[in-house]
Amino acid sequence: MLKCTSACAGCSDSLALRYVLKAAGPDTVLVVPACCTSVIQGIYPNTAFNVPVYNIAFGAAAACASGMSNAFRAAGKKTNVIVYAGDGGTLDIGIQAMSGAFERGTDFLYICYDNEAYGNTGMQRSGGTPLGAKTTTTPAGKTEAKKDIDAIIAAHDPPYQATAAAAYPQDLFKKVQKALTFRGPSFIHILAPCPPGWRYSTEKTVEMGKLAVKSGMWVLYEREYGKLTIGAQSKVAMKKPIPLEDYLAPQGRFKGIDPKTVEIIRQRLAKNLSKLAAEEAAP
Amino acid sequence: MFEIRIHSRGGQGGVTAARLLALAAIHDGKYATAAPFYGAERRGAPIVSFVRIDDKPIRVYSQIKKPDMVVVLDASVMDVVDVLQGLKSGGKVLVNSQQKKEFGGYLSSNVDLTGIALKEKLVVSGNPILNTPVIGALAKMGVVSVDSAKKAIREMFSDERNVTVAEAAYKEMSA
Amino acid sequence: MKKIATGNKAVAEAVKQAVPTVVAAYPITPQTEIVEQIAEFVSGGELKSRYIPVESEHSAMAACIGASITGIRTFTATSSHGLLYMHEMTNWAAGARLPIVMANVNRSIGPGWNIWAEHTDSLQERDTGWLQVYVSTVQEAYDATIMAFRIAEHNDVLLPVMVNLDGFLLSHIMQPLDTVEIGDFIPPTHLPYAIDVKNPTGYGGLTGTEEHYKMRWDIERSMRDSVKVIEETEKDFAKRFGRRYGFTENYQCDDAEVIVVAMGTLGKEAEVAIDLLRKEGIKAGSLRIRWLRPFPNLKILKGKQVVVVDRDYSFGRGGILATEIMAQTKEEVFSVIAGIGGQEVTFEDVAEFVRKRRIGTEVWFGVSNNV
Repeated sequence: MLKCTSACAGCSDSLALRYVLKAAGPDTVLVVPACCTSVIQGIYPNTAFNVPVYNIAFGAAAACASGMSNAFRAAGKKTNVIVYAGDGGTLDIGIQAMSGAFERGTDFLYICYDNEAYGNTGMQRSGGTPLGAKTTTTPAGKTEAKKDIDAIIAAHDPPYQATAAAAYPQDLFKKVQKALTFRGPSFIHILAPCPPGWRYSTEKTVEMGKLAVKSGMWVLYEREYGKLTIGAQSKVAMKKPIPLEDYLAPQGRFKGIDPKTVEIIRQRLAKNLSKLAAEEAAP
Repeated sequence: MFEIRIHSRGGQGGVTAARLLALAAIHDGKYATAAPFYGAERRGAPIVSFVRIDDKPIRVYSQIKKPDMVVVLDASVMDVVDVLQGLKSGGKVLVNSQQKKEFGGYLSSNVDLTGIALKEKLVVSGNPILNTPVIGALAKMGVVSVDSAKKAIREMFSDERNVTVAEAAYKEMSA
Repeated sequence: MKKIATGNKAVAEAVKQAVPTVVAAYPITPQTEIVEQIAEFVSGGELKSRYIPVESEHSAMAACIGASITGIRTFTATSSHGLLYMHEMTNWAAGARLPIVMANVNRSIGPGWNIWAEHTDSLQERDTGWLQVYVSTVQEAYDATIMAFRIAEHNDVLLPVMVNLDGFLLSHIMQPLDTVEIGDFIPPTHLPYAIDVKNPTGYGGLTGTEEHYKMRWDIERSMRDSVKVIEETEKDFAKRFGRRYGFTENYQCDDAEVIVVAMGTLGKEAEVAIDLLRKEGIKAGSLRIRWLRPFPNLKILKGKQVVVVDRDYSFGRGGILATEIMAQTKEEVFSVIAGIGGQEVTFEDVAEFVRKRRIGTEVWFGVSNNV
């Protein structure tokens, strides 16, 4: 990735992508559906990316990548095909094509960078928006929980899936490198805090990702051939989490959140952590 | 142009019979089309298929309304369908049956295709094969030549018994 | 080689000759036989293609797009709702200048569910930038599919091509088929802007107001250039394989006073109506439109009475073919809407349309009492 993307200040999408591309190397093509990343490349005839980027319609990224991967493999090329899609293009409109591509065993890496709403259109709710978060289409706070896309992916039993966060670049870098060593579909879900969308000041992007992990709201793990390994940072958080409020309070989108909703979030968080701990402990 | 309507039930091979007949006619050096009229794909439902044979290329796609000949692969269809509908006066009717049935004003023939197939144990999924023996019967009636009939059957089926049943039907055909 | 085949099978046989590297498809009646046959060719090793059994038509076209941009040959087939479901991606394919070939088996659109022939599905794709050809025989389905690859991939075109055949009437009818070995008839695929990791390029990203319309104009320019490419391709095809086509198929038009215009199998059936009318002393001819995009020059209709039979409709405007023809000839026609949802239309009906024509009016066959 070159300098001068047209990303917002403090954007963790571009931050994460920088490490993704570093890890993937030059023999890589990105397939990008409508999302913030379609905007930050710049305007034709310029591009801030130094790998080929194929932009495709919102719900079509995984299918497009499926065709591309097959075409490269037919030609004997090992070129990495990486979908880089937002939460809307993954959890919502793109889920059918993604499910199909995973079911067919497509040789590609699907990365969902998750800023928990439709960011480049001004923060409308998505399936990735957490309970209680205000967006332009949930002005009183979202009344439904975040869709568990990782569980949906796990149900497809891919060789490799992981979660990551833009705030932990080394962890992300390693996971991308590892994902690309597998034949077949792999998935990385990156938490990508968004200053204008989550309503915090731009310099706090990295801190926000760390607070998410430290509070247990975001858990870093890998699942390799079905075997779960929870990351060291999340292990720490599971033993000694910081208060949930430390994560919620700095974000304008949770301003004025009902204490009952916070309690539900806390319970769901605990349930998720114990579920993951149990899965990891299972023989 | 010679137009044939084949009545059968879904799964009995009426569509394949039409295709075989068209292929045999092409081997005779003629032009032919075979067209199934599909309803919902349902086993056991009465269906019709059409064959047109001509010396010139065939440009008609609409259903056959006034056939020169009607072939009935399953006589029970006659209880629910007027198989003679539109049949040209003096037209031919061929029925898969042990008994000959008279149809006023038409030339009626019969042959026991089911019996012929069963004798050779030519049965698929519980259904005796009717589409290959019927081609033998139709060759006897002069619709296609015997050689072309055999050639068409061999192109579409590898089991030689299909030719055997066609020959049997040719021999057993009532004149 | 002398064979007998259905329209669907003929398309699959043509694809076998063209050897696309990637075929991505989803089944739908009455097209399914095409993709089943291709899957069988692939699994039997007769066709060296990768067959991607996608989970939807939207993904079928998206996968063809992703494959095509790497510089290889692609094919898909669909029908009716499948075509409409991929509409977003058909626009993308043309806008991205990808020479994808698709067979569309023309079928009506629900509700209610109806699987029979109608042209409204592909005519709703009229404005996407795809070239469209409509065929009327099994042989023509085969020949047009082979030619579609060469036309689409020609450097002066680089646009997708849709081969349309009537559901059941042609997709499932068996007719004689003469297959050929195409040899070097279709040159190797060369996409000048194929993805190259050594020369990273952005495709289809943000495009400003000063650039976007130029790209659209470029599509139109190529569409116009495709006329010559189609002519050349059909000429070379005729030279090599002996069968000649054209933008339209004209039957007894030269001295005709009234000309019937239709597409697909109805255009063929109309010829039989013309024979009937000629016997009655009516100087009639028929013109079957083959290429709808690019739209043919219809000078031949000048000064004639024209009866257009549309197996399609644009609600609130009229028969789509009739509308297009009136726009080009600047003359009124007798517009007959017939055959929608597989409605049975015979050559006798077509002859009756001609006998009872009232230029300047529109009639729905079987609904209005006029014909």
